Amino acid sequence: MNRFLPDVLIHTTEMMKNKHVAVIGGGIAGMEAASVLARQGLKVTLVEKQKATGGKLNDWHHLFPDFSSPGVVVENLDKKTVRAGVNVVCHTEISHIERNNGRFELSDQRDVKIFADAVIVASGFHVFDATLKEEYGYGLFSNVITSVDFERRMKKHGKLLTLQGTEPRRVAIIHCVGSRDAKVGNIYCSKVCCITGIKQAIEINKMLPECEVFCFYMDLRLYGSKFDSLYLEAQKRHKIQFIRGRLSEAAERPDKSLQLKAEDTLQGRPLRMNVDLVILLVGMEPALSNSSLMRNNQMKPDENGFFRSVNMHEARNVGTQEGIFMAGTAICPMAVNETLENARSAALEVMNFLRTDKNHGGF
Amino acid sequence: MEDFSFLNPGSRQIDFDNFDDRLLLYVLEYEPSFVTCISCGGCTATCSAGNLTNFNVRKIGLWLRRGETEKLSQEIEKCMFCGKCTLVCPRDINIRNVILLIKKRISELKTENQPV
Amino acid sequence: METKTKTRWSEHNKEIADDHFFYLRSCIRQNFNPAAEKIFLSILQKNLGKDIYDDPRHTTCTGIGYHADIVPFETLQTVIARQFSLMAEKGYKNCAVSCITSFGCYNEVLATWKQFPDEMAKAGENLRKATGREFEMPENLSHSCDIIYKFRKEIARQARYRLVHRETGEPLKIVDHIGCHYAKIFPEKSVGGSEYSRVLTGMIEAWGGESVDYPERRHCCGFGFRHYLIKNNRSYSISNSRKKFVSMEPYRPDAILTNCPGCNMFMDRWQYTLAQIEGKTYGGGTNGIPVLSHEELAGLVLGYDPWKDLGLQMHQVDVEPLLQKIGIVYDPAQKFAGVNGKYINEPLFTGCFNPHN
Repeated sequence: MNRFLPDVLIHTTEMMKNKHVAVIGGGIAGMEAASVLARQGLKVTLVEKQKATGGKLNDWHHLFPDFSSPGVVVENLDKKTVRAGVNVVCHTEISHIERNNGRFELSDQRDVKIFADAVIVASGFHVFDATLKEEYGYGLFSNVITSVDFERRMKKHGKLLTLQGTEPRRVAIIHCVGSRDAKVGNIYCSKVCCITGIKQAIEINKMLPECEVFCFYMDLRLYGSKFDSLYLEAQKRHKIQFIRGRLSEAAERPDKSLQLKAEDTLQGRPLRMNVDLVILLVGMEPALSNSSLMRNNQMKPDENGFFRSVNMHEARNVGTQEGIFMAGTAICPMAVNETLENARSAALEVMNFLRTDKNHGGF
Repeated sequence: MEDFSFLNPGSRQIDFDNFDDRLLLYVLEYEPSFVTCISCGGCTATCSAGNLTNFNVRKIGLWLRRGETEKLSQEIEKCMFCGKCTLVCPRDINIRNVILLIKKRISELKTENQPV
Repeated sequence: METKTKTRWSEHNKEIADDHFFYLRSCIRQNFNPAAEKIFLSILQKNLGKDIYDDPRHTTCTGIGYHADIVPFETLQTVIARQFSLMAEKGYKNCAVSCITSFGCYNEVLATWKQFPDEMAKAGENLRKATGREFEMPENLSHSCDIIYKFRKEIARQARYRLVHRETGEPLKIVDHIGCHYAKIFPEKSVGGSEYSRVLTGMIEAWGGESVDYPERRHCCGFGFRHYLIKNNRSYSISNSRKKFVSMEPYRPDAILTNCPGCNMFMDRWQYTLAQIEGKTYGGGTNGIPVLSHEELAGLVLGYDPWKDLGLQMHQVDVEPLLQKIGIVYDPAQKFAGVNGKYINEPLFTGCFNPHN
């Protein structure tokens, strides 16, 4: 036993070993929160609906703003969870959380039941379904793709071609698809799309130096410390062109290229442009499982449908049901580095909660 | 053929695929910093010439990007070349030089376009 | 007005009444293409066995005057209240509206009355003062294209012709043009919303044709009320039409299908004007692209006579090339013969160019 620790902490450390925390969602938030808790000596079960952990990052090609590999992030997190002794359960989608006698009972549609003293919901986000913006023609015109399709294509093929198999000579990247759009019921900003668009624009320019790339934006929201320098680099070194105007419609032409209409709002005039490929920067929506996860407890959605925190400044990870915490994009859209920080803070909130849990003799 | 004057005035739409980019390419060649302009309007706000007239430096940049050579050749005459716009630019663009280049190139184009 | 959605508009369905319609005619179409409205009545009554009442007392909705800032909104509301009063008097509850401008006006007035009940009370008072009438709200308001769409499969079962090229067996390529006021103001009152409205493509496909999506499909035909009414503004009107023709030209469509009297008129006549200005047509050759309304197309596939029943001689662009492609049996000599064999006069030339020049 560590002789530098005060007695009371030694006592609680012993007590915490018997606590069990269930983490719902094996994306990066869930993995980080689970491994932090397990390293602190708690029993942790991480439940993932897919066959493997890693979540959406498994599909991403490069991360902004440094073009690093999401695969490495997932790999490191995998190692951390294994080393910390997290019990990882895959192929299991939790749909109910109920509190009975001070403990939580988690169940899926089949007969899996998990009991826990505290729960972290790290169920992530749902990618906006771009077919809802019918005027953009996603799902109808094969040369209209989403930023997620771009990542998947780049990861799988390492190149970007049009449907006809040619290298695009002009690409338009459309910001705010499914975000800041009352028409699809999402009035919030998804925050990461602007920088994703700039990252993808630079990648296209690096691959196809002859290809013109245009970003159609409403506002460029580059909040991160390294993001604005990437914007500057996009203008300076990669000749990415930025047009302030929201796409009003995309229509396919006989040669499968696309006719775009937007307003060049700075000029105050409508603009028409033909491009070979359109990339829609799709936003983040609340995960589809949110409503069922809230059904049998006191968890509540916020005005955007994400999990409501009891206090967005001081207790962002604390849910409206005592004992249930949130980590990562279950709370709101966030980037990879923020998600990991947020997950660690969720783990800390869980530790504090279990230490002071009256039913179990805390202080 | 009968023209009912029904095709005038022409469309206000910016026809992006068919604009005259000679001026823009020239400016970018000799003053590459122009590419980083974000149309913040700092230049227009500080401009001495624009204080009392409708001269708008920000719009000079916009028109340049869309090949509005005709509008530019008139507008550019209003600049007094004081250089205040260059002093305030957050992207550190030499706007004064941009305007000088536009002026220079427009007079060149006028000569080039003249029938021999 | 609820336009916020988490579902796809193209999957949107509206309620379309099944029977017992009160017909509300278009003012302009009775001059341009009167047979289109006559054939709608025949199709409903004879082919589909439906009850539809055509009241000689009903008037224009005043929509064109309203959109041209000549008729005030209060007048529009009162005139529409009168139509509803006539309908109630005859015991009908379902409106069948012939015109897209009217359809937009009826929906606008109904939406206004729902949102501002005071306006409805005022319209009721104005109607009472002017005519001594009372009115009732309709239970269902459908455009005639909604009704044809609803019964498109029944029409296909009874059809004598299919929209297939008789020689090649290929489906005919038809571009649709939806009148702006059908779905752009109240998408929830349409079949399939405004981006990918199914109301005309559903007919084209049910009757064997191929509907063609073209980039300027959603663009206005150029009608635009004030734009064509005032000669100095007509360039706006025709430039908009031209934009559509330029966009559809590469697809070489066999016909244009519209659901609006105004669109039908302008897409037909402006082809001639553009040919005179530019020296070319957008359909190849000297004729242009035939323009039909949904009633006219339904009448054609059902085997009605193109001249005596459908009055297609009233079109500027000749429909004969389309009739030949479908294999419709018709007598060219009867084109201007009139219903009772009485010569109805004919223009100097039809199509886009004067062959005598």
